[in-house]
Amino acid sequence: MDVTTLLIILLVGAFATYFSGDKWAPKVALLFSLTAFASAICLLSQYNLGNEISYTNLWIAKPKIYFALQADGLALAMLLLTTALTPIIIFSSFGNTYKNSKAFYALIVFMSFAMSGTFLASDGLLYYIFWELSLIPIYFIALIWGNGDAEERKKAVVKFFIYTLAGSLFMLVAFIYLHTKAGSFLISDLTQLKLSSTEQFWIFLAFFLAYAIKIPLIPFHTWQAEVYQKAPTVGTMLLSGIMLKMGLYSVIRWQLPIAPLAAKEYMDVFIGLGIAGVIYGSIVALRQKDLKKLLAYSSLAHVGLIAAGAYTLTLDGLRGAVLQMIAHGFVVVGLFLVAEIIFRRYETRKISEMGGIRAQSPKFTSMFMLLVLASVALPSTFNFVGEFTVLYSLSQVNIWFAILGGTTIILGAYYMLKMFQHVMLGETNTKIFADVTFNEGLTLVIIIAVLFFFGLYPKPIMTLITPSLENILVQINRN
Amino acid sequence: MNTLIAITALGVLTLVFEILNFRKAIIPVTILGLLAVLGITYSEFNAPASYYNNMIVVTKFSSVFSALFIVLSVFLIALAHDFYEDHQTKISDFIAIKIFMLAGAVAMVSFGNLAMFFLGIEVLSISLYILAASNRLNVKSNEAGMKYFLMGSFASGIILFGICFIYGAMGSFDVAEITEWSRSAELPIWFPIGITLVTIGMFFKIAAVPFHFWAPDVYEGSPTLTTTTMSTLVKVVAMATLYKLLTAMNADLSDTYINIIIVISIASMTVGNIMALKQNNVKRMLAFSGISHAGFLLMTLLNISNSAGNLLYYTTAYSLSGIAAFAVILYVCKNKDNEDIANFNGLGKNNPLMAAVLTASLLSMAGIPIFAGFFAKMFLFTQTIEAGYLIVVIAAVINSIISVGYYFKLILAMYNKEPNAEATKTPFVFYAIAIVSILLNIVLGLFPSAVLDLLG
Repeated sequence: MDVTTLLIILLVGAFATYFSGDKWAPKVALLFSLTAFASAICLLSQYNLGNEISYTNLWIAKPKIYFALQADGLALAMLLLTTALTPIIIFSSFGNTYKNSKAFYALIVFMSFAMSGTFLASDGLLYYIFWELSLIPIYFIALIWGNGDAEERKKAVVKFFIYTLAGSLFMLVAFIYLHTKAGSFLISDLTQLKLSSTEQFWIFLAFFLAYAIKIPLIPFHTWQAEVYQKAPTVGTMLLSGIMLKMGLYSVIRWQLPIAPLAAKEYMDVFIGLGIAGVIYGSIVALRQKDLKKLLAYSSLAHVGLIAAGAYTLTLDGLRGAVLQMIAHGFVVVGLFLVAEIIFRRYETRKISEMGGIRAQSPKFTSMFMLLVLASVALPSTFNFVGEFTVLYSLSQVNIWFAILGGTTIILGAYYMLKMFQHVMLGETNTKIFADVTFNEGLTLVIIIAVLFFFGLYPKPIMTLITPSLENILVQINRN
Repeated sequence: MNTLIAITALGVLTLVFEILNFRKAIIPVTILGLLAVLGITYSEFNAPASYYNNMIVVTKFSSVFSALFIVLSVFLIALAHDFYEDHQTKISDFIAIKIFMLAGAVAMVSFGNLAMFFLGIEVLSISLYILAASNRLNVKSNEAGMKYFLMGSFASGIILFGICFIYGAMGSFDVAEITEWSRSAELPIWFPIGITLVTIGMFFKIAAVPFHFWAPDVYEGSPTLTTTTMSTLVKVVAMATLYKLLTAMNADLSDTYINIIIVISIASMTVGNIMALKQNNVKRMLAFSGISHAGFLLMTLLNISNSAGNLLYYTTAYSLSGIAAFAVILYVCKNKDNEDIANFNGLGKNNPLMAAVLTASLLSMAGIPIFAGFFAKMFLFTQTIEAGYLIVVIAAVINSIISVGYYFKLILAMYNKEPNAEATKTPFVFYAIAIVSILLNIVLGLFPSAVLDLLG
């Protein structure tokens, strides 16, 4: 069994979901995404046993393009994140009904397929194809099943699409340029190239444009909050939980090893941009009145820190970034689910219209509290492991980076707790808040369990990702 | 050669069928006939030969492109069945004209003599003038036909003028002889002038900026099926012919010539895309989109010695997505008096399948993976960067981003607006053509080598 099996399961799953009809589509989608998760676990065990799970085959002879999928520890970690979150996201949507749900769930599974492909591809062009392919489903999910006024939603979604497409097209040009030098798109060939520092600078910049828009980093973040707010919650979860990680993963996998000189030379600038995102995101989050928008800006702050960690080019920085990517993926999906649970009952996302839920639903309150604590990186949560490692690596580059980056924890605690206070505490709300259903509770419990389990015992993930990150570091420091 | 004869015979046969009163059989018989002709073309693929004192030269290039033209014609003729529903009495004329046009197209890519080239271009153009004005009770169609005729004959005149110059310089119409002499050190000034004039004429036919003014009006006014023909078949024919002309006669393009190509290519992309952003009429929009694609196609001339495969791939991808898009447009605007984007409102609800096909074909034109349009652009970019023209590629990339703006306008209308009319029944043929051509497009995207390697 190799990684193609997993991709085939998801692709077949997308079509099966579509053809199973509106009534059965959610269940079929859940089934296939769980199967994909199981096969990811199988792949992991095979990888640990030392079996070959990568797949390479010549696809197009001229120009030379390989259908090359390579699974190392890093790719497997991201694959597990994707395949674990997809069923959670699908399951979390069971409380809602969607029009034309067969298309909706098929698009979700298809997106999961494209994102898994992005994490696995080791041929530049194949990677680019998966990267772009993942954009189409989220575009339609946000456009058709989103909320709010259709015209405004259209504007936000189209802006998002054009932004991301524009960024990635420059990445394509960079890839083609590299191809004329190396004669193939394979990452193993591209990282062997001897490029002048000017060439590296431009290539780095072209990649940066694509990734900075996707992650998003300041000043390319303007699409984010609007789209997060307008997209259906499932779309927001897919975007913030997995799709952002594509950008961060690509920085580590593609950008740094291909253009290490530029990364070293302008390290301060890029770390600075990440940190600026942390501070900006946190401050803007303080002022938000819309729950989903607040979470969007908090997400902006967190990914800024992750990017800063990756750009330190140290083992700790990279490791912390990857850990925090996984942790943030889970916590942000949990938080958006909370927002959705409240919306299902109160039909509002305005924080001012909430409040006093605690007295009516103590179970929900404690679960929400745990998620908030995880999000602000309380020790013993997974997020603490990630953020702490990143901050440690930043302090090694420059202590000021660590101090400024550390504000994410302080400010984060402030706005998250303030939000929690306004949403949950206060006088008992006159509107009735029905207790969480079994499905909703189960989803939240799973997410919380993952966060605390790996918070207390992060070693399995550490040992999985460390060797491949060390390889990447060797490539970064090759000259 | 046999291809050309067979096509012409088929055209005559269509007219005979009308006399014998087999009107109903015309379209099926023509399609079967064209498929048979495709077999003949296939047999000629590996047997290059020249006929009638080098008047017609069959090469790999000419037979592959002839095959593409025939496939496109099959689609176009199949669409004719429902399009000309109300004009059953004239169906044989329409079909016969289309087949003669195909004969002109084949002559244009397999000429060995400039006289034959001009003959081909005239046969093609005259058929098109008729088709453009074929809706004779409609003022717009008349206007389109007239406009196209005036501008087209002007362009033909320029081409003829250029051919005269070339003859003056070389003393021959024979392409092989011209090629041989063009390698001599001293060329009379008439020769480059002649080449330039012929190129200008061809730029007009492919609607490259600044010779594009006729395109939007003619595309809009002509009956939709004729617009389909123009934007798919005719564009491909003109571009292939220009490519063949330049490779046959003047393979070492001078730097000045290359610079002009670069300017025209970038100008076509930019003007086409920016103007398309403002259009509300789908046919006009696709006319401008076609102008920008002409700009992309001109990029193949920058690396002319080995871009034949890319040209074939790009034109195939573009014309297949064009056929699919127009099949949907024909369906949506069937009983409407205009082709405004508003007509597409809510198509995603009324007819999800057709909406999906149109979306896919627009995504292909915009160059989004996994459709063939993406690979076409990718191969083109790779080759242009290899030839050292990074700046053109960057301009092309920026234009690809702009183009998303208007392609998505149509997609948004389909999915984000409420339908303003009841769903109408779709004729089976429209479904079949739309789905077959978009599937071919996707297959082409998955296995690009199949087409790319034909011309190495």
